Amino acid sequence: MNLQNLLSDIEKVDGEIFDRLAHVSRRGLFSSLTKKTIAAAAPAIMASALTKSYGQSSGLPQNVKDVLNYALTLEYLEYRFYDTANNLSMIPNDYKMAFEVIRRHEQVHVRLLKNVLGADAIPEPKFDFSAKGTFTDTFSNFQTFAAIAQTFEDTGVRAYKGQAANLQNAPAILQVALQIHATEAAHAANVRYIRGQKGWITGGTAAMQGLPSVVNGSYAGEDNVTQGGVNLVTALAGDNRITPAMIMEAFDEPLDKNTVVGIVTPFFA
Amino acid sequence: MENITNRPETTTSESASSRRSFLRVAGAAAVTGGLLTACSHADENYLIPSGSARAAGDTVKLPTGDVGILAFAYVLEQLEAAFYEMLLAKPYPNMSSADRQLWTDIRGHEIIHRELFKAALGGAVPTLTFNFSSIDFNDRAAVLIAAEAFEKTGVGAYNGAGKYIKDAGYLTLAGKIVSVETRHHSILRELQYPKSDAFAGPTIVTSDTGLHLAYEPTFVLPIAQKYILETIDASALVSSLA
Repeated sequence: MNLQNLLSDIEKVDGEIFDRLAHVSRRGLFSSLTKKTIAAAAPAIMASALTKSYGQSSGLPQNVKDVLNYALTLEYLEYRFYDTANNLSMIPNDYKMAFEVIRRHEQVHVRLLKNVLGADAIPEPKFDFSAKGTFTDTFSNFQTFAAIAQTFEDTGVRAYKGQAANLQNAPAILQVALQIHATEAAHAANVRYIRGQKGWITGGTAAMQGLPSVVNGSYAGEDNVTQGGVNLVTALAGDNRITPAMIMEAFDEPLDKNTVVGIVTPFFA
Repeated sequence: MENITNRPETTTSESASSRRSFLRVAGAAAVTGGLLTACSHADENYLIPSGSARAAGDTVKLPTGDVGILAFAYVLEQLEAAFYEMLLAKPYPNMSSADRQLWTDIRGHEIIHRELFKAALGGAVPTLTFNFSSIDFNDRAAVLIAAEAFEKTGVGAYNGAGKYIKDAGYLTLAGKIVSVETRHHSILRELQYPKSDAFAGPTIVTSDTGLHLAYEPTFVLPIAQKYILETIDASALVSSLA
């Protein structure tokens, strides 16, 4: 069994693992890892790496600033949503840790994006988490709260994905965006699991995610089965291990900026 | 031989023919050149790049640039798919129906990813041979550890390679896949450490930046290599990246 080697290989290259390990050993979740010698390596913090790469935000290309401010808007929305729910008794004890780590990530995403943008960062807007009266018990009914959380996270994944190509002229920021994108996907899968859904998106309607049709826009297009010009249902039709649902699940689809803005606008006060 | 591919489920003539029909459809739409042909010998489980029968122990040179990144991804998707194929061919005792559904879903996703890359690459990388003998497939906990490690490596690999991709369409495609790999990883972490924050805790997502893993290809390939009998040579690919 070579998994221990695999783990130590990861540690060799992932500088941030030392930072992570410090947290882990405090929590005692993996006591076997606490014995590792971690003194030698300094944690590599992406925010400072970005500052080194790009200096002041005035050095950023305008298209990159636009993407970052768009991302910041969504992160403000998510952070304020989870922070409002923080410590509310409606969240079952089983899930408090999950929503707390999600809240903290959205908080540091806000901080990271504001740091990179500097004076160009937009201020936090005011939010209406009833979405203009659509949701009447957002912070008193856990089912409503979790449903909105899932919608935000699944939408966030699609929103970041839709901007990747706009960051190709800024490779370090592209990587950061991909890493935030993955964090949102990790959140999304867990919230889905908490709600009794599969971790992956099946089909292109809200109903198929156990959500009301008012959030259909967040899932439209997720039923796509053609990738890279190949219709995968046709292509894999003879393989009885593969279902059309799996083909929809196997790829998360991007959403363009206008679509995402349309989806989240009801949540702006 | 125990735990060595090519691959347990391809022993049915049904899936052999499904692969041929996929190639007939998808191969035509794919990059020209590198035509794959199904082996016409008694063993129909292998697909052999035309012109050069490949055996375990051969060296596989990854191409340069974007095609090389796709080839890199294809290596990882082959590894993941083969692992889940093996897992379901050798299910651990008393596998619950929920577990079986989970593994079946993930296996499906990885097969789909693999076959898409295979079609796109048109034979630039052959079907690889895997050795999973270091994994105890009878032990659910060991299987979860292995699966979590493979998914984690995949997430980090896509996150680290994205910046090297020049073609916007390929970048978008990689983005469509990496979030699904991350969803797999998140759920596997939840199964390992239920009702905790392990799905995105500090071993996975850095606490002070909220960033998920990113690994350079030079870090990822030695991890994958441990399970691959062929030697993957990424030297040309790595020197082509900028």
